[in-house]
Amino acid sequence: MKTAESGAVVMPLYSDEDVVRLRKLVREELAALGFGIVDQTKMITAASELARNTLKYGKGGECHLGKLNESPKIGVELVFTDDGPGIEDTALALTDGYTSGGGLGLGLSGAKKLSDEFHLETRLGEGTTVTIRKWKFS
Amino acid sequence: MERIPILRMGSLLLVTIQVDMHDRLAMTLQEDLTDRIVKDRAKGVLIDISALDIVDSFIGRMISNTAAMAKILDAKTVVVGMQPAVAITLVELGLALEGVSTALNVERGIAMLAQRE
Repeated sequence: MKTAESGAVVMPLYSDEDVVRLRKLVREELAALGFGIVDQTKMITAASELARNTLKYGKGGECHLGKLNESPKIGVELVFTDDGPGIEDTALALTDGYTSGGGLGLGLSGAKKLSDEFHLETRLGEGTTVTIRKWKFS
Repeated sequence: MERIPILRMGSLLLVTIQVDMHDRLAMTLQEDLTDRIVKDRAKGVLIDISALDIVDSFIGRMISNTAAMAKILDAKTVVVGMQPAVAITLVELGLALEGVSTALNVERGIAMLAQRE
């Protein structure tokens, strides 16, 4: 784990164990910032879904975890990046129940529902970046 | 290899998940449980998830599939001890855990399974 220029923590995502490590890190960070148990659980679950996507479809990548401060609210941002094949049809990929990989099709759509902000950027042949945020009033 | 222990209590199998499961571990548990249902001629499976901080779509699917497989093998599955925040998150995620019976704690779960015998 290394600290990025922006002060974000960077977690590599190349194995199942990395996904578990990320879940633990997200819990610790959100708990330290005073997020309640339900928000913690939602964000960890969203992180788990996106980390699995990074691993499975993006062939590995990383997650940047950063803190946000827009007084009077504070937040946490998770940015998942991979150099995978990209997503051809983002609207379809965001549909509940759609899967190209034999899963339940709740990864992207689930992460979107469980976070306060969701942003997806993808380029075919270059990779995908998914950003999620969770806010709370300090 | 890392494994989640499965205990036998009479005709029941009891699994207490006490670690944050990665995906391979969840799949191994599913296979081990179906094997044990047949080997031990189990009539019921009790899965205690009270120590689980999250249930995401993968683990949720593993639980649903295990219950479905157990049913085909003539065993009933009850999931006990789900934390309230996990239940809230699962519903928001759109994962209803269909076909899975739940109980608040191990005691009630065992009572549910005992009714069946």
